[in-house]
Amino acid sequence: MSFYDFKKQYDGFDFKNFCRNLSDLEIVKIINKENLSETDFLALLSPKALNRIEDMAQKASAISTKHFGKSVLLYAPLYVSNFCINNCVYCGFSTANAIKREVLNFKEIEDNCKIVSGYGIRHILLVCGESPVKTSLEYLQECIKILRKYFDCVDIEIYPLEESGYEQLREAGADGLAVYQETYDEDLYKILHTKGAKTNYRYRIETCERAGRAGYRSLNVGALLGLNDFVSEMFFAGLHAKYLQKNFPQSEIGISFPRLRPAAGGYEPKTIISDKHIIQAICAVRLFINRINVSVSTRESNALRKNAIPLGITRLSAASSTQVGGYAKSGKDSDGQFKINDGASVEDVKKMIYEKGYQPIMKDWLSF
Amino acid sequence: MEKDLLTAGGLNLESRIFIGSGKFPDNSLIPEIIKAAGAQVITVAVRRFDFDNPKENILNFIPQNVKIMPNTSGARNAAEAVKIARIAKAAAQTDLIKIEIINDNKYLLPDNYETAKACEILAKEGFKVFPYMNADLYAARDMKNAGAAAVMPLAAPIGTNKGLQTKEMIRILIEEAGLPVIVDAGIGRPSDACACMEMGCEAVMINTAISTSADPVLMAKAFAFAVKAGRNAYAAGIGEKSETARASSPLTGFLNGD
Repeated sequence: MSFYDFKKQYDGFDFKNFCRNLSDLEIVKIINKENLSETDFLALLSPKALNRIEDMAQKASAISTKHFGKSVLLYAPLYVSNFCINNCVYCGFSTANAIKREVLNFKEIEDNCKIVSGYGIRHILLVCGESPVKTSLEYLQECIKILRKYFDCVDIEIYPLEESGYEQLREAGADGLAVYQETYDEDLYKILHTKGAKTNYRYRIETCERAGRAGYRSLNVGALLGLNDFVSEMFFAGLHAKYLQKNFPQSEIGISFPRLRPAAGGYEPKTIISDKHIIQAICAVRLFINRINVSVSTRESNALRKNAIPLGITRLSAASSTQVGGYAKSGKDSDGQFKINDGASVEDVKKMIYEKGYQPIMKDWLSF
Repeated sequence: MEKDLLTAGGLNLESRIFIGSGKFPDNSLIPEIIKAAGAQVITVAVRRFDFDNPKENILNFIPQNVKIMPNTSGARNAAEAVKIARIAKAAAQTDLIKIEIINDNKYLLPDNYETAKACEILAKEGFKVFPYMNADLYAARDMKNAGAAAVMPLAAPIGTNKGLQTKEMIRILIEEAGLPVIVDAGIGRPSDACACMEMGCEAVMINTAISTSADPVLMAKAFAFAVKAGRNAYAAGIGEKSETARASSPLTGFLNGD
């Protein structure tokens, strides 16, 4: 059963009513449990659970330390193209936005690799918009082969592919996949994605399953927080991660909590997601799925990233540029996918991690 | 008095604690931890070797007199473990290798079948192989036949600190496997380590319990005492437990004229 079908059991579920009927005692009992059910997880995402956020944080911290020790891996994204055939209303790369479009040639990719690897970054995330013409499978294969020369781990955040496409990129050197569902609400998804290949909700939600079957070492999911209500979106993102962990045990599962950031197009979030929400989501996920990678990107502020470390952040991006080839440009040539909120250098991020009593890890995989 | 040495894979060790290195808040703690634990072997994940970054390369924090035992953390099958082991040999100049093959990312349980296959290949290549395994006698025999130097059964899933959950299976390995048994993973308290040693394990491997303690150096010392106490008790011979008090011999005393 795919996650698309698995999720159907919650069709019509009344999230508001469920949250309204929770008691503080129930929240406390759930926090003290060793194994949480799906509805236990949902309860920890409810507004009532915010009254117990410190208890949740203490437990999340203890679980994280046992499973991952006191270390945080650093990575950086490399945007190779902002050409996109989709019109996601919230994204700076949407076809509706008159931004400068570009795709890096292989020499430019090498130039960017030299700079990013020079920062000490050894884990890279290859990112591009959805344009099978401008960024074909062959182009991406070549990109990955170049990245592989400079980095020990290459993850990809690209447009969804068939299983065979993922196999080809894995053979070229891709290790892991990140893909965000944006919203798990199928009706809202159809409203937000009216053009391009991204209109197919089911194809997108089953993307990680295709990559899992293709043998990817890591699979990372998430919802774009702010597009819809916090509770249901985080609930389904957590369920999705748990589903992948059960069905693809050979892959490390990860989750991110991207929050809508200002971007070209000026889309206004439907829901304002506070820092409290992000922290609640991080803790609830950790209590629900003890062993899961949690990434926080430079979409978030330096202060939030710093304070979230002891709660179980296992990966932080550093010195990121969301512009195409942004590392090798002195000025602002193209518009990024979103605005960066933490512009700290790699050295500053490392210092911040040490200050919290944790060790920054630059290398946690090897090429062979 | 003859020294009580742990002999396995060409190693002759006075210390019976192996230290893991993956979870410390700062690599600079490693020398102090090793000293406090009295350890002579430290395991290091090959995936963390970082020769391009000497300031943070974990290998540079390990004292010269301590043996580095690389591990194949991240390997999902025998083929990957073999490749990682070969990289380790070239990079760390050692033929010691701890095989870790994990294809389950929830509980991180080792895959005994793939591990036995990797043992066979690597032992033939001259590696001194220390396989991390589920406590299972058939698998231990396979690993012995494949040329393993010891077996490293888990006490509980890695990182859980749940203690000696597989006690009876480990007891059977000690009795039957015909290889040194070094308990790895799950040991949460010094008393767990002591219990392993009292049973007759040759050594224990500790990582999470020390590295995640509020005072890792003090905890390393505590483990050193516990392991020594357990080993001494094993060597001295531990009295059997009895369900009843035995002040006299009511049934057979008459044989002595009582």
